[in-house]
Amino acid sequence: MTEPRTSTASGLFTPAPGAAPPHRMVAAQAAMELRIMLRNGEQLLLTMVIPLLLLAGFSVTPVLDLGPGPRVDFLAPGVLALAVLSTAFTGQAIGTGFERRYGVLKRLGATPLPRGGLLAAKTLAVLGVQLVQIVLICATAAALGWSPRAGAWDIAYALLLVLLATACFTALALLMAGTLRAEATLAAANLVYVVLLGLGGVIFPVDRLPGAVQPVVEALPITALSQGLRAVLAEGAAPSPWPAVVLAAWAAVGAVLAARFFRWE
Amino acid sequence: MQGRRSPAIDSGAMETAAVEATDLVKRYGATTAVAGLTFSAARGAVTALLGPNGAGKTSTVETCEGFRRADAGRVRVLGMDPAADAAGLKPRVGVMLQSGGVPTGARAGEWLRLVASFHARPVPPEVLLERLGLLSAAATPFRRLSGGQQQRLCLAAAVVGRPELVFLDEPTAGLDPQARHATWDLVCELRDCGVGVVLTTHYMEEAERLADHVVIIDHGRAVAAGAPGELTDSRQELRFTAETDLDTASLGAALPAAARIERRGEPAERRGAAPRTDYAVTADAPEGIGPDLVATVSAWCAANGVSPEGLRVQRRSLEDVFLELTGRDLREQ
Repeated sequence: MTEPRTSTASGLFTPAPGAAPPHRMVAAQAAMELRIMLRNGEQLLLTMVIPLLLLAGFSVTPVLDLGPGPRVDFLAPGVLALAVLSTAFTGQAIGTGFERRYGVLKRLGATPLPRGGLLAAKTLAVLGVQLVQIVLICATAAALGWSPRAGAWDIAYALLLVLLATACFTALALLMAGTLRAEATLAAANLVYVVLLGLGGVIFPVDRLPGAVQPVVEALPITALSQGLRAVLAEGAAPSPWPAVVLAAWAAVGAVLAARFFRWE
Repeated sequence: MQGRRSPAIDSGAMETAAVEATDLVKRYGATTAVAGLTFSAARGAVTALLGPNGAGKTSTVETCEGFRRADAGRVRVLGMDPAADAAGLKPRVGVMLQSGGVPTGARAGEWLRLVASFHARPVPPEVLLERLGLLSAAATPFRRLSGGQQQRLCLAAAVVGRPELVFLDEPTAGLDPQARHATWDLVCELRDCGVGVVLTTHYMEEAERLADHVVIIDHGRAVAAGAPGELTDSRQELRFTAETDLDTASLGAALPAAARIERRGEPAERRGAAPRTDYAVTADAPEGIGPDLVATVSAWCAANGVSPEGLRVQRRSLEDVFLELTGRDLREQ
């Protein structure tokens, strides 16, 4: 037994360095990222409020011609795709852009948390927010009468598409955040969100677009995700490899470019 | 003079130093921020890099921290290469950036707990928050903290992992006197616990009060280094005030070879009387200003009818040394 010590100053800082186990560092960082995302009002507007309003608003009002069948069957997969875009791309681009601008990435770079650990933590936090989004959107859609005719394999394929899209959007977000100024990232990421909301088959059917534009739009990752989800969830179609291939290709290109051009400061 | 510029380099046979930089060069495009800097910082001691803005202090520290690669020269931190051995060094080295580094939406306590959780045996975050007067701000997001609170939180995050060495880049810039003293107390406590501290500052008082070793940096080079006392003691001078048109050439000729006479500051105009100026006699001799030199100056004054007002031998302050070495011109940055 050492004699009890009052909290005198001496000894408090006696060096005892050492890194925590990697899983503890990643878990702590992911929890921090998740809390910051869920606390950020502007991000919640993009990730939760707008998707839910679009889903509910256009499901109950016949403003849009969405083809035969219940409107919610068309809208729910598109809004799920928008939710993935909003968190993995728009939110990550803006958040990371400002973290870079305020020296947060630099400061974290001086801690024992490795860069790969930071990426893992960010990905976990994005998946955490997406889980909340998917639960809220599916519950809202179900309340509006959505009953997808999807089997276990369809759902597994839908989840695969969501994971591929998350990787793809995150890579593109980091590419943008790691190369542009924070203010430019803020503007560009919001612009991309609005443009893809209109073009990407989220709430407007792609086949209403002019014929010349359609092949271009169908090669976009957001369209691949929304069309792919819609095919298996709304139409009960057999999973087609095309959306997965498009998303995987974008993810690979985005990851290579982000790894090459991302600047930490 | 030459020997004193890098005292620890030639006594390095013992344990490796906390930081050892040799002929360090750092360029940004056409600008050379660090131009062949050599200095060393001992373990368990406080080393102050003192210099005007733009002298290259931050570039030097950030090279030691592994954020930047040296363009030439060699840096060893705890005996390791900060760029190549980054993963091994990070748990052992604490860092406080000159500004920022915390997500604006993170709460003070949350951030400190996060950084603590990256380390194996951290200081309890709550203890540190209390020590630095941040307990009541623990639930406040970083962007809503005052500037002083933000600085103290960054300081806390630098030391929470119980590092062997911390780099503090201008830790008291913009702090009020209470917060500055709290920071100074913490730095002294770190040293007492055996933590090496390397801090940059342009506050003379801070360097004089805290540092065991001061490295004066200007234009990317070390212009002097030593204990604050060493830097000032050996630079005694004989000061007096006399008429502005004093014949300094004649006095200079009367002085021994190692001594010089120079004007200090601007002539003081006085209504109805001849303007007067401060003069200083300095000597390069190791003993500084001896009684013989005082006698020589007094004798010259007596022979020339000069009454040297306020004649005294004084130790120069670190500020005098600093200004003499770095010049009195305002810096652009």
